[in-house]
Amino acid sequence: MGIPMTPASKQVADAWDPAKDEATGKQCKSYGAALIMTVPERLHITWQDDNTLKMETDTGMQTRLFHFGGTTPRESKPTWQGDSSAAWVSRQSSGNAARPKARYLRVTTTHMLPGYLRKNGGPYSENAVLTEYYDMFHEPDGETWMIVTTVVDDPVYLDYPLTLSAEFRKQPDASGWDPTPCSAKW
Amino acid sequence: MTRAKYHTIIGTLFCIIATSFPLYAQIDLVGSWSARNSSDALSNMPGPEPLPVDFLGLPLNDSGLAGALIHSPSQLSMPDRVCAFYSPIYMLIGPFSLRITNETEPRNGGTVAWVIGGWEDMAPITIWMDGRPHPSKNAPHEMAGFTTGVWEDDVLIAYTTHMRAGIIRRNGAPSSDQTTMKTRFFRHGNQLTVTARIEDPIYLTEPYYLTRTFELSVRPPFPAVGQPCIQGDEGVREGEVPHFIPGENPFLNEVTKAYNIPAEAALGGAETMYPEYRKKLKDKYVIPDKCPRVCGGPGRFPRLF
Repeated sequence: MGIPMTPASKQVADAWDPAKDEATGKQCKSYGAALIMTVPERLHITWQDDNTLKMETDTGMQTRLFHFGGTTPRESKPTWQGDSSAAWVSRQSSGNAARPKARYLRVTTTHMLPGYLRKNGGPYSENAVLTEYYDMFHEPDGETWMIVTTVVDDPVYLDYPLTLSAEFRKQPDASGWDPTPCSAKW
Repeated sequence: MTRAKYHTIIGTLFCIIATSFPLYAQIDLVGSWSARNSSDALSNMPGPEPLPVDFLGLPLNDSGLAGALIHSPSQLSMPDRVCAFYSPIYMLIGPFSLRITNETEPRNGGTVAWVIGGWEDMAPITIWMDGRPHPSKNAPHEMAGFTTGVWEDDVLIAYTTHMRAGIIRRNGAPSSDQTTMKTRFFRHGNQLTVTARIEDPIYLTEPYYLTRTFELSVRPPFPAVGQPCIQGDEGVREGEVPHFIPGENPFLNEVTKAYNIPAEAALGGAETMYPEYRKKLKDKYVIPDKCPRVCGGPGRFPRLF
């Protein structure tokens, strides 16, 4: 429920078989870029280099690379996390140039392996395009939060774009970090 | 957001330059914003969900859980509640889209207030931007509460107090009249992300975060203005309050029957919000063979909402 499925999508979803996914080495289909931000998980985010932000997940042990500067290296084959380009975007199209603009992070991802939009098999295709918006804010109690809005556009399996969201609270340390491999069954 | 809601970041390197702008809007929010209920379709959309006694992901304290367990959905049929409004929390847990307008100051065109139009069962929300204070703590509470707003980092932050007691989930998990809600409106072009921090010293052990997403639409929300509610006999006599006696709620195992999720998880509590709780259930949970109920399909999720 909640997925604007096409008839082709329904056909694939009805054939969902987690045992088969595990047997064929595709247990990470529900950990692909389109769904990974809404999986119960912790994130570890660091700069890999000046132009690349690295995001690791403990659940599913996935790594995403957000490439800044307009050049996104293209992997030879599609991957679960695809190829991501990133940019800081002002909420205002124009304004006082002397005043710093508040910005959010926009990430666009393509070249993904086909995966699932739900744990139980609603699919997205290799033609899917992912657009994500990352907003951060601080609460008066000192907590820092990050809200992720994910828009999945897939001409094959979605009648119109699917939108998901997730909230993350920043931790002071790595407590609770528990790398766990993908599983199709829980 | 889905069941185990909260996630956690470690060692974040993001840095956003902070600016603070008083009174007048830097970002225009006027328009019709079509709800995108993909994440919470089972919880927000009309239909058989959320299941009774599905409080997973809610940081209920003992009082909150007790209040939730005595709730009967038939309370909606009480004569004095048939036409009652929900509080602004319903903006986050209901199905509908948003129609946002602004009231302007006639001399300079500045925005004095943002107004989120009402639905058939939610009172309009006025977000005052003119710096007026919140009423006294002893002032009467209204269903719409009282809301003020400020701009921070080009994000509208609305703060709501003085709501009446209501619900925090559509299956009757309660919110008290001491609840406050801080709502952030993040605009990304034609996308609007709305995140609320709900605090309730009576029923919650810690703040509860909810997020919904909307897309700018050329069509008015449905319904743009709800039909007038007409009170009718829905089978509950005047003065009667449908409820379950403590310890006798018959729906304790509904979530287990539907999804194999252990009943203890369905009772909620703060730990059910966090990622590690999933591992606590690992040996008690077997994923259903296929989607067991309310599975959607082509054409079953109209864009209408």
